[in-house]
Amino acid sequence: MSPHYLEIFVIGLALTLLMADAFFPAREKRVIAWIGASGLAIVFGLLFVVDPAALPPDTIAPYYSADPHALFFKGLALIATIFVLLLGCDFMPVLRRGINGADNDRKGGVAESFILPLFACAGMMWMASATDLIFLFLSLELVTISFYVLVASMRRQVGSLEAGVKYLLLGALSTGMLVYGITWVFGATGMTKMSQLAVAVPGMTDNIAALTFGSMLVLAALAFKVGLFPFHSWIPDVYQGAPTPVTAFLAVASKAAAVLVLARFLDPFLNNPEIAAKLIPVLGVISGATLLFGNLGALGQYNFKRLMAYSSIAHAGFLLLGILGRDFTLVSFYLGAYVCMTLAAFFAISIVRRSVGRDDLSAFNGLARRNPALAFTLVVSAASLAGVPLTAGFIGKFGVLMGAVNAGYWPLVAVAVPAAAVGFYYYFKIVRHMFWEKPDDLEPLPVGRLSTTALALLTAGTLVLGFYPRLLERAIQDAPIVPIPAATANTADTP
Amino acid sequence: MPIVLILLVFLPLAAAALIGLRAPARATSLGTAIVMVFLVAALNHYFDRESPSMQFASSLTVMENPGIALAFGIDGMSLVMLLLSVLVLFAALWMIDPLADNARLQYAGSLLIAGGAIGAFASTDLFFFFAFHELALIPTFLLIGMCGRGSNARSAAWRITLYLGLGSLILLVGLLALHHALGQPGFSITELHARAMADPIAPETQSWIALLLIIGFGSLVSLVPLHSWAAPAYAAAPTPVAMLHAGVLKKFGLYGLLRVAVPMLPEGMREWAGLLLVLLLLNIIYMGLVTIACKRLDTMFGCSSVMHMGYLFLAVAALSLTGPDNTLAYRGAILLMFAHGVSIALLFALADRIESRTGTLEIARLSGLGRAMPSLGFLFGIAAFASIGLPGLANFAGELLVFLSGFHGFRPSEGLQPLQWATILAVWGVVISAVYMLRAYRTAFMGDPDASRRHDVLTTEEKLPLAALAGALVVVGFFPNLLLQYLPF
Repeated sequence: MSPHYLEIFVIGLALTLLMADAFFPAREKRVIAWIGASGLAIVFGLLFVVDPAALPPDTIAPYYSADPHALFFKGLALIATIFVLLLGCDFMPVLRRGINGADNDRKGGVAESFILPLFACAGMMWMASATDLIFLFLSLELVTISFYVLVASMRRQVGSLEAGVKYLLLGALSTGMLVYGITWVFGATGMTKMSQLAVAVPGMTDNIAALTFGSMLVLAALAFKVGLFPFHSWIPDVYQGAPTPVTAFLAVASKAAAVLVLARFLDPFLNNPEIAAKLIPVLGVISGATLLFGNLGALGQYNFKRLMAYSSIAHAGFLLLGILGRDFTLVSFYLGAYVCMTLAAFFAISIVRRSVGRDDLSAFNGLARRNPALAFTLVVSAASLAGVPLTAGFIGKFGVLMGAVNAGYWPLVAVAVPAAAVGFYYYFKIVRHMFWEKPDDLEPLPVGRLSTTALALLTAGTLVLGFYPRLLERAIQDAPIVPIPAATANTADTP
Repeated sequence: MPIVLILLVFLPLAAAALIGLRAPARATSLGTAIVMVFLVAALNHYFDRESPSMQFASSLTVMENPGIALAFGIDGMSLVMLLLSVLVLFAALWMIDPLADNARLQYAGSLLIAGGAIGAFASTDLFFFFAFHELALIPTFLLIGMCGRGSNARSAAWRITLYLGLGSLILLVGLLALHHALGQPGFSITELHARAMADPIAPETQSWIALLLIIGFGSLVSLVPLHSWAAPAYAAAPTPVAMLHAGVLKKFGLYGLLRVAVPMLPEGMREWAGLLLVLLLLNIIYMGLVTIACKRLDTMFGCSSVMHMGYLFLAVAALSLTGPDNTLAYRGAILLMFAHGVSIALLFALADRIESRTGTLEIARLSGLGRAMPSLGFLFGIAAFASIGLPGLANFAGELLVFLSGFHGFRPSEGLQPLQWATILAVWGVVISAVYMLRAYRTAFMGDPDASRRHDVLTTEEKLPLAALAGALVVVGFFPNLLLQYLPF
């Protein structure tokens, strides 16, 4: 089976659900989430049977690649979306209150919270495969526009609306920069296909200024999506205001897809010595500043979602450091680990939010007594986010630091080490609230069966990947980051 | 036979998980500790003293690029450290009061701390060698913060966590730089070592990698001026954590210096040996004087454990300056690591018993404990004398070897070199130890007991872990060869 049917299947599923909900509204919107999640699980299973060689060579293959990186990221996007849908199920009462104004109002609105992620998921899967800049732009917009709606979906809450407006305005700006950057690259090379750029750009000697300018614009646009300094300022507000499942989705899947695209796009430019000489210092400064800003900014946070926002900025800094180290297998691993641990944290946030009604850190006081198992999973997730060894997060940090040491980026290592040490403080602050502080009430905190299963899976994933990273490593197989089909490599024509 | 070693590493982790899943805490953990003692006995029995290579070796590749393997194997040095770990773990678990608040967490946490230490000592892969040590970070943080004593417990918990977190990150960068400088052959310590022997790293590169490792490992072993986390944390920590951390886990840094830094970076370590000599004298003399000024037993023991690290650094400096044929330094360091681990664990355990009887650890408020509780006085005497370095107890043998190693290759005609001066000054540490230990002993144990307090004598159950530790001190003190026979030269 050709891999491009995967996205078609996801889009088809999303459209069907959308129509079905419009014409035959389900009494229980949970059903939609269940159908969506099961459909995605089937697609995830199909990932293992698709045959990249079966891509129609003339119509699809020039724009679409199914290299190991793409398949890996499709898997990541699917897993993240499945978990986000399940998270939404448990978060339903809060969603209803935010969307319809009442807990028990079963009318409209909520279903979209489960259908739009499917569209975004398809967009991210296309992003992972896009090898043409125009196609890349289209798929990125599919993701972004789905998110504009999702972020603002709790329309009865000011925070969500504010987040939606901020995300929309800054997102539109970044879209503009992306298109403008692509234009410059096209103007300088006459190409929009990444595989052709990968062959042509490293050897180019003229139009360097135009290429550099174009690549910087694209870098800025993607930096916005990933949350890199100085384009990070939307993250705390949007993460805090958006409904928790959407925040988790933004933090995990949107970021992962953008990181892959960033790495793919930058690779040819970093292989051109003249452009690299300008680009690497810029990337280095961005990475260092992001690390400092994210980690130092997180220190003073007392709202868990805001804390996770700064943490996601901090992780973006590490990811960029990994891209600079040029070992993308390790970056992919970092992202896989990041998906597990971040989703677990968001599950915990939504469970506590639902029963305590707040997502401040103080809402977690004494959680170790109220629900030891939940506290344990959150300890594992915080430890992994902080980079404590024998968790998946440590292997990610380890790999990134190793890449930086091997590449000789000592100033960045000197920034990354204290930044990571600062991380110990704010992640352990979560642990402190759960274990040291006295709870307001000692009632046991119930967790639904769905969330229990999801949390158990995510925690097991975090621990197993910490001990046995080979599981993920095998999925990536050290493939080159920009796939160059033999046919296009030969016919690549420079202007 | 590799399965014995693998079991030894994973049993405590499995037991901790079981306790988390509501298995009976005391029975599970003590049962595990006893099985572990037998496992180490089996390792001792089947250990081949003639073989120079890693024994009971096993390996499982967990990452192909870079080559990381979950690899275990031991030589004589690791065997002695494993012996220390299980002995202290057994005593520490026994000391936990099963009726205390958070007892379950204390059992599980102690098992995790010990499991991390054992995993680090048994690993032959640099990655897991580092990773296992950090396993202790979270249980230490939780236990000191939750069950800590005194008003500073929480700030002490933060301090130890952030200090050790930053220290180990610096260490990690040092290890990565070492790995890079050796041409990235994967993370097997044996292979890295072979590379370092065959094709030594350029001296200037060695120099700064060695500095990173000294800072990293040094902050884990409380080398002055990176020591300020140690005493408050040990004073605040619940007894099993203090015993395991001061007794076992802290030795990881020295073990790392002996296993990684000294053999792979001989030039670099020699370059920084002068600095090390100054710092270790600060450890011994300055921290010794601080210890004399301590007014509470737990703080005093915490400071004294920082002070005694100076002797071990002296062995490291001697090895760095005089080369690998200074076998006395190597043997002395390992013997002293064992002896200090047992003696400091015994001291913290005794402090716990004293506090349970008298409700205080302030030296000035204690008196006449020797008459009221003779067995406690006897055990305290053994621990205190061992800590001072009296002949017949294990620490003496270790300290003697370390001091002698300072004069390895000494030629009287050339006069005293810095190493010899440092050794001579370090010997004064014994006098300082005698001052604070004997003074504390006199105040707390001599004289008339405080009549207002009930002094129940120690029960047999309480005596057992204390006697096990004290017995180890005496036996190794008289027959140091019991341990030294496992070392290669």
